[in-house]
Amino acid sequence: MNQSSRASTFIMVLYLIFLLLPIYWLVNMSLKTNFEINTTVSLWPRDLTFEHYIKIFTDASWYTGYINSLTYVVLNTIISISLALPAAYAFSRYTFVGDKHLFFWLLSNRMAPPAVFALPFFNLYSAIGLFDTPWAVALAHCLFNVPLAVWILEGFMSGVPREIDETAAIDGYSFPRFFVKIFMPLIASGIGVAAFFCFMFSWVELLLARTLTATNAKPIAVTMTRTVSAAGMDWGLLAAAGVLTIIPGALVIWFVRNYIAKGFALGRV
Amino acid sequence: MEKPINNRAWLLVAPVFLIVAFSAILPIMTVVNYSVQDTFGNNQFFWNGLGWFQELLDPSTELGGRFFAALWRNLAFSAIILAIEVPLGILVALSMPREGWKVAATLVVMALPLLIPWNVVGTIWQVFARADIGLLGYGLNWLGIDYNYTGDTLSAWITIVVMDVWHWTSLVALLCYAGLKSIPDAYYQAARIDGASRWAIFTTIQLPKMKRVLLIAVLLRFMDSFMIYTEPFVLTGGGPGNATTFLSIDLVKLALGQFDLGKAAAMSLVYNLIVLAVCWVFYTVMTNTGSERADRGEPA
Repeated sequence: MNQSSRASTFIMVLYLIFLLLPIYWLVNMSLKTNFEINTTVSLWPRDLTFEHYIKIFTDASWYTGYINSLTYVVLNTIISISLALPAAYAFSRYTFVGDKHLFFWLLSNRMAPPAVFALPFFNLYSAIGLFDTPWAVALAHCLFNVPLAVWILEGFMSGVPREIDETAAIDGYSFPRFFVKIFMPLIASGIGVAAFFCFMFSWVELLLARTLTATNAKPIAVTMTRTVSAAGMDWGLLAAAGVLTIIPGALVIWFVRNYIAKGFALGRV
Repeated sequence: MEKPINNRAWLLVAPVFLIVAFSAILPIMTVVNYSVQDTFGNNQFFWNGLGWFQELLDPSTELGGRFFAALWRNLAFSAIILAIEVPLGILVALSMPREGWKVAATLVVMALPLLIPWNVVGTIWQVFARADIGLLGYGLNWLGIDYNYTGDTLSAWITIVVMDVWHWTSLVALLCYAGLKSIPDAYYQAARIDGASRWAIFTTIQLPKMKRVLLIAVLLRFMDSFMIYTEPFVLTGGGPGNATTFLSIDLVKLALGQFDLGKAAAMSLVYNLIVLAVCWVFYTVMTNTGSERADRGEPA
């Protein structure tokens, strides 16, 4: 037993080092001057500098990218969760005409390649005048986030015994009141996990976000790709912008860390 | 207990149905429309019937050759990363610490790569693997290994595969970990009394319990690797040459780069049909394992 637990620790430590090494290198680079990056390969910054971070926080063309990204991510999470809650309840509690086909069709949209949708979305959102607004990206990301939220919430809701619904009905609760007052607190962790996943997949997506925005709603990911190619290769600035995109994710993980394993199994363990 | 039949449940599903129909069916209609027409610019379109599809599915034409090359490349990529990530994920899940602060710390670090925007994942590996400024590239060349992912096909493939393993193995590991956590302690105690070996415990207790989450993991990993776009686009741009041009990269080049709408639309539809078919197979298998468990009186 002792020997196998030592082997486990060894594997785990190796794996965590493998995960952290590239991130360490990114942080390391963001704290170096471009001169040092281009001339030497050093394991820590010899000439520590925060100039790249200062530039990002003072230059509007950089920090508005973060604001734009967070705007559509939050909009998308709110839309996805509020639409998915009643639908997931219906799937977990009732049998109805076409339910299995509908569930599969929803699921298949989670799997559809965004590259297929890039051009038609561009046409669609230009036609209805939402192009280059956070709403366009928030609605476009619903394509995969709404099905995902339904899938996760359905898993968590199926874990709540149906007797609770019946007892509440006997006690005279109307359906909306029962849903908000009794049912939602019971699946609070499920809602948290679903919100986490919507946040995650909307935050990391680039292709649709890039296609649907031009200047006003440009997300940070696009600012990174465009500015960098235009200004030669400003590695230090690129690295600092990268580090700052990791932070929101890390904060969100911290809040859901206790549910993360169950959440990744989409409430189906 | 059977779920009661209630068709008014459609009212609860309607909002989701409408928004997904708006974002999925409307765009697909446009794609179908483009796929049967040809254009010479100026928004003038001509009926082309199934011409694009015939060309696409015939490997001897330029379009077909390109499509099949990207398809095989993408399938090879998916097969390689599944062959690495699934066993590695299981191994990591089995090695997770049992309790205490270590669990929370490990979980947070493991989930970290999953929440990094995909273009930043590409950037991270770019600065990590470049031969002139990256730790990995510089280190390998210093050791005397000739490594340059921008010029050499093999290096480019290895870099992209390692990047994907770095990015997504945690997803498989976290899923398996969730499956392992649901095994009651009594099972292990019984195994100990029977004097079962470590391997026997793995094959008879742990693996069957992980079957369902492993299915989800394989499904998600296959689909996401089959539509991979951003990370290789940032890292290699599909090169050197076309060596890492996967289906999505090729499609975006065709649609938004060359504005070859008819060809791109035909390719989109075939691509989407492949995804749909694979998805259906997985869904059927998954629903069947679910009902098997229900037959044995276990929760699905």
